[in-house]
Amino acid sequence: MCVCVCVCVQSGPASLPAEDISTNSNGPKQDSLFDDDPEDLFAEATEEVSLDSPERDVLLSDGPSPAITPITPPCSLITPHIDMFTHCSFDEIEEEEGGDSFDMHISVSDPEKVGDGMNAYMAYKVSTKTSMSLFRSQDFSVKRRFSDFLGLHSKLASKYLHIGYIVPPAPEKSIVGMTKVKVGKEDQSSNEFVEKRRSALERYLMRTVKHPTLLKDPDVLQFLESSELPRAVSTQALSSAGILRMVNKAAEAVNKMTIKMNESDAWFEEKQQHFDNLDLQLRKLHASVESLVCHRRELSVNTALFAKSAAMLGNSEDHTALSRALSQLAEVEEKIDQLHQDQANADFYCFSELLGDYVRLITAVKGVFDHRMKTWQKWQDGQILLQKKREAEAKLQFNNKPEKLQQAKDEMRELEGKVQQGERDFELISKTIRKEVSRFEKERVKDFKTIIIKYLESLVQTQQKQKVKNIIIIIFSISY
Amino acid sequence: GEPHPGPRAVNVDLQTDATLQVDISDALSERDKVKFTVHTKSTLPNFKQNEFSVVRQHEEFIWLHDSFVENEEYAGYIIPPAPPRPDFDASREKLQKLGEGEGSMTKEEFTKMKQELEAEYLAIFKKTVAMHEVFLCRVAAHPVLRKDLNFHVFLEYNQDLSVRGKNKKEKLEDFFKNVVKSADGVLVAGVKDVDDFFEHEKTFLLEYHNRVKDASAKSDRMIRSHKNAADDINRIASSLYTLGTQDSTDLCKFFLKVSELFEKTRKIESRVAADEDLKLADLLKYYLRESQAAKDLLYRRSRALVDYENANKALDKARAKNRDVLQAETSQQLCCHKFEKISESAKQELIDFKTRRVAAFRKNLVELAELELKHAKVT
Repeated sequence: MCVCVCVCVQSGPASLPAEDISTNSNGPKQDSLFDDDPEDLFAEATEEVSLDSPERDVLLSDGPSPAITPITPPCSLITPHIDMFTHCSFDEIEEEEGGDSFDMHISVSDPEKVGDGMNAYMAYKVSTKTSMSLFRSQDFSVKRRFSDFLGLHSKLASKYLHIGYIVPPAPEKSIVGMTKVKVGKEDQSSNEFVEKRRSALERYLMRTVKHPTLLKDPDVLQFLESSELPRAVSTQALSSAGILRMVNKAAEAVNKMTIKMNESDAWFEEKQQHFDNLDLQLRKLHASVESLVCHRRELSVNTALFAKSAAMLGNSEDHTALSRALSQLAEVEEKIDQLHQDQANADFYCFSELLGDYVRLITAVKGVFDHRMKTWQKWQDGQILLQKKREAEAKLQFNNKPEKLQQAKDEMRELEGKVQQGERDFELISKTIRKEVSRFEKERVKDFKTIIIKYLESLVQTQQKQKVKNIIIIIFSISY
Repeated sequence: GEPHPGPRAVNVDLQTDATLQVDISDALSERDKVKFTVHTKSTLPNFKQNEFSVVRQHEEFIWLHDSFVENEEYAGYIIPPAPPRPDFDASREKLQKLGEGEGSMTKEEFTKMKQELEAEYLAIFKKTVAMHEVFLCRVAAHPVLRKDLNFHVFLEYNQDLSVRGKNKKEKLEDFFKNVVKSADGVLVAGVKDVDDFFEHEKTFLLEYHNRVKDASAKSDRMIRSHKNAADDINRIASSLYTLGTQDSTDLCKFFLKVSELFEKTRKIESRVAADEDLKLADLLKYYLRESQAAKDLLYRRSRALVDYENANKALDKARAKNRDVLQAETSQQLCCHKFEKISESAKQELIDFKTRRVAAFRKNLVELAELELKHAKVT
C-alpha cells in the first residue's frame, strides 16, 4: 500500500475538540427511558380475554383460516378479539384465569460440592418465594443438581416444542469447567465457573416460570416443590443444547427436502427473516462483548503489573522528587483504575451473559418455526394422500367393485379426519407461535432495556470515580 | 507540513541553539522505505548556505551513528542511540487483511475500520519521524559531535550517500564483537572502581537499565490491552448500531443511544492509549536505548582502564628486564592519556544524562497527567 504523507511532527497528539458528552445526558433523558415501560401496556388493556372464555373457541374455528388470508401486522387481523389477544400481555390473561398476578421469585444459591472424585457434583439450593395459589406454600426450597435442570428442560421440550411453545433452553454442559470442580481445584477460575453456572440456572428458572403455560406444568411444579426428584438419567448423554441441536438437524432436514412451504402468511415470513437477522447480529455482538470482557481483564492485570514496575523504576531513580512522582503516579493509576475497570467489567459481563442467553433462545425460536413447517408438511402430505385416495375411489366406482369401494370409502373417511386434524394442528401451532413470539419480543425488550439502563447507571458512577481521579491528578501536576 | 519553532525533541529536553538547528520537515512513506527530509538552519561557516534540506533514508542515519561509535575520538561520550528501523509491517498486514475481508462486513463497518487502521499507520509514521529527529537533535546539541565531519556531510550533501546496508560478513563481525563485549562486560563489571563517582554510576546504570526495560515491556503490554479493548468497543458500537437500525421495537432507540455512547468511549480510550503510547512508552523506550549507550560508555572507560593497567604492568616488566623501555613508556603514556580523557568527558556526559533524563520524565509525566485530565473532562 502506497501512502504519501506530508507530516508535521508535533510534540504531542494534535489537540482534539472536546466532545460534548455532558453528564446531563444521563439525567433528564433517563426519565424518558421509562416512558415506554411495557408495564404501561397492562393499564391500557381495555378488554379482558380469558383462556376459557367462549370467545376463544370463536378464535379457533371462526373466520377464514390465517393460512389463506394474507396477514400483515397483528393489528390488522380479522376480528377485534384476535387483536386484543395478541396485544395483551399473556400475564394479564393468566391474571383473569387464576386470579393470581405473576408474583414469584426464584433464587439459586449455596452451591455445595457433594461427593468426591469424578462422581462428585454440585448441589444448588433452589428457593421459591411466591404468593400464587398454584403452590402449596409461600416460601420453600429444595436441593437440585445440574442434571435435574437438564432433565426438566428435556421434559418440557418434548411436551411443548413441537406445538409451538418457545421453551427456554437450559445452560450448557461444560466438561472442562465441571472437571476442575470435581477434581477439587479451588481456584479463582473454578469459583467463577460455579458462580457463572449458578447465575445461569437462576435466569433459566425465572424465564421458565415467567411463561404462563410452562409455569402450570406439573413437571415444573414438581421440580420446584418436591424434596425428592427422580434422577434424570437421559441427560447425561443429552443436554438441552444437545436437544436443540437435534431439533435443528431435523429442521435442516426439512429444509433440504424439495417441498417448499407455501408461505401465504406474510407475518411468518417477516418474523422468520427478523429472527434470522437477530440471530446473526446477536452472535456477532456476543462475540465482541466476550472479547471485551477478556481484554479488559487483561488490561486490569497489565495495568497493575505496570504500576509495580513504574514504582520500582521510581525507587531506583536518584533524584528524589522525581522518584516520588513516579511512585505516586503508579499508586494513583493502580488504585483508581482497578476499581473503575472492575466495575465496568462486571457490567459488560452481565451483558455478555444476557446475549449468550438470547443467542440460545433464538435458536429455540427458530426451532419452533421449523416445527410449524413440519406440521404444515404433515397436513399437506395428508391432503396429497387423500387426493390420491379420491382418485382411486373414483376409479373403483367406475369399475364397479363394491367391496373394495367400501374399504376405500372407509379409508377415505379416516384420512379426511386426519387431514382435518392436520389443518387444526397447523392453525393451532400458528396461533401459538404468534402469541409466543409476541410474548418473547416483550420479554426481549424488557431484558435489554434493563441491562442498558444498568450500563448507563454504572456510567454515571464511573464519572463520579473519574472526578476523584481528576482531583488527584491536579494535585500531582501542581506539585511538579 | 507546517513549520515549527525550534527542536521539538519529543522525549528529550534539549537546549535551543541558533547556531545549528536541525529538524525533519517532511517525510514520505513508500512501499518499503521512508524518505526523511532533513532540514538545517545554521549560522556556522562550515556550511555553504544558511538554510538547506536533503533527503535521507534510515540506513543513512545508521551509517552516521555507527561512524560515531567506531570513532576512537568519541569513546568518552554517550553516543546518541540510533533510531529504530521504521516498522510498518504489522500495520500494513492489518490493512491488507481488512481489504480481503471487505466483502464480509457492512460499508459503515469497513469505512470505520479503514479509518482506524489508517490512523494507526499515521501514528506509527509520526513516531518514526520523531525518533529520527530526536537522534539528529541530540547530535546537533552535543558540543563535540555537532562538529563531526560526517554529520555535516549527512546534513548537506544532497546526493545519495550510497551507504549500502551491512553485508553478511560485516553483520557476523558485529555479532562477534558484541559477544566479546558482553563477556568483557561481565569481567569489567566485577572490578570495583577506585573512583566513587564511577562506581556509583555503574551500580546505578545497571539497575536502572534493567528496570527501564521491565517498565517498557509492561507499558507496551498495557497499551496493547488498551488498544484491543478499544477495537472491541468499536465492533460493539457497530453491532449495536446495526441492531438499532434493524429493530422495529422500542429497543431501537436504546440500541442507537448505547451505540453512540460506545463510539464516544472508544474514541476516548483510543486517545488515552495513544497518549500513553507517546508520553510513556516512547519515553521509556528512548531511555532504555540511551541508558544502554551510557553503559557502553562505562564499558569503554573500563576497557581503557584495563588497557592502562596492562600498559603499566608491561612498563614495569620492561623496566625490570631493561628491554623496549621507551616503547613501553610511550604505550603507557598513550593509555594513560586515553583513560584520563575518557574519564573526564564521561563524568560530564553522565551528569548531563541525568539532567536530561529527569527533565524529560518530569515533562512527559506532567503532560500525560494533563492529557488524562483533558480526556476525563470530556466524559
